[in-house]
Amino acid sequence: MSGFGVEVRDLTARYDTTVALDAVSFTIRPGVITGLLGRNGSGKTTALSVLAAFRRRTSGTVLVDGEDPWENERVLAGTCLVRESGDVAIDQSLTRTLDFLGDRRPTFSRELADSLMDRFELDPHTKPNKLSRGKRSAFGVVVGLASRTPLTLLDEVHLGMDAPSRYAFYDVLLADWLEHPRTIVLSSHLIGEVERLLEDVVVLDRGTVLTASDAETLRGGGVTVTGPADVVAEFVADRNVVARQQLGRTAQATLVGARADDVDRARQVGLELGPVALQDLFVHLTDRPAGAQSTEESR
Amino acid sequence: MFDGRDPLYVQIADQIRSDVLTGALRAEEQVMSTTQYATTFRINPATAAKAFTELVDEGVLYKRRGIGMFVAEGAREQLLAQRRASFFADVVEPMLEQARVLGIGVEEIVERLREKEGPR
Repeated sequence: MSGFGVEVRDLTARYDTTVALDAVSFTIRPGVITGLLGRNGSGKTTALSVLAAFRRRTSGTVLVDGEDPWENERVLAGTCLVRESGDVAIDQSLTRTLDFLGDRRPTFSRELADSLMDRFELDPHTKPNKLSRGKRSAFGVVVGLASRTPLTLLDEVHLGMDAPSRYAFYDVLLADWLEHPRTIVLSSHLIGEVERLLEDVVVLDRGTVLTASDAETLRGGGVTVTGPADVVAEFVADRNVVARQQLGRTAQATLVGARADDVDRARQVGLELGPVALQDLFVHLTDRPAGAQSTEESR
Repeated sequence: MFDGRDPLYVQIADQIRSDVLTGALRAEEQVMSTTQYATTFRINPATAAKAFTELVDEGVLYKRRGIGMFVAEGAREQLLAQRRASFFADVVEPMLEQARVLGIGVEEIVERLREKEGPR
């Protein structure tokens, strides 16, 4: 098995009067590491919670491995969601929690769990409420990876860990995924570190899908144009400009939606083109000050 | 490594091309697998695979089923021919443009090049 695929269509989730997700649609390919990116409050946790049937949707269609996950034993046995809190029994020792998971989950690897416990220097006999934030996050990673479920959802689980532990997490994630291919969704608002791990990306913004594609396509869609201010202005006229900077007579504009003839056109008029890092693109796409928002919406 | 701002797969492909050009990778030598690339540089294997696909299409690498990727016979000569063809457009012409802006004459450049080249 190479993992569960996910189909989400017109998914709406409301908490009282707050709309957390507003008719979102996206696909997660089976066996792929997908990044679910978005700012705080964009709906990432709600989306993952619906996929794992931790909460019920208000309307729309959600298919995990072809079936509705709600009260679906087969699908839920193959789905593991770990949120930043760790989602583990607070008053049980870590080793008891691992015993429990080993009994419950057919795919669980105690061997991987034990080696990760060593790697993250976790004492199996402590309880989660005695752990620091970093160690609690690390235990969440142990649970998420050792479960080896066909659909593994890691919701900002690594954010509390220090840098060496995060890099260890990235290494183990890739190595174990290569040996046991499965669908992994990694949600984060820190993109720089994880972007190279991702094959696909779904960007949520204020409860809607801003963009969904493979990471290289998304990255390739952004381009910076640098040169004399008037030439840059002419080049980017009628284009989707997400950021502008000017230093003296030199200007730089960041475009989304690169075109095939951009390189030739830029060369002819003496402008320099450059790529945009995914993190920068994400910031430009999701950072809309109140003034800019109204002009963008009136277009 | 691979901190440039070009797409990652382009940087990986460029690295392999330059290893072939300098002779660090010889014809019929095996290159790192996508798995090795992924774990060594913490990148998605699909990204590394994209670089290899490009190099196979160009004829720089070829695949031996079940074994891995190897440098093709004649890959270095092919890359040399391509690089020579683009050398004037990519290196010499931008340099002349710079020299013009700075007021450096062609004679001065030629003189410096002869100096650097040394006596034959």
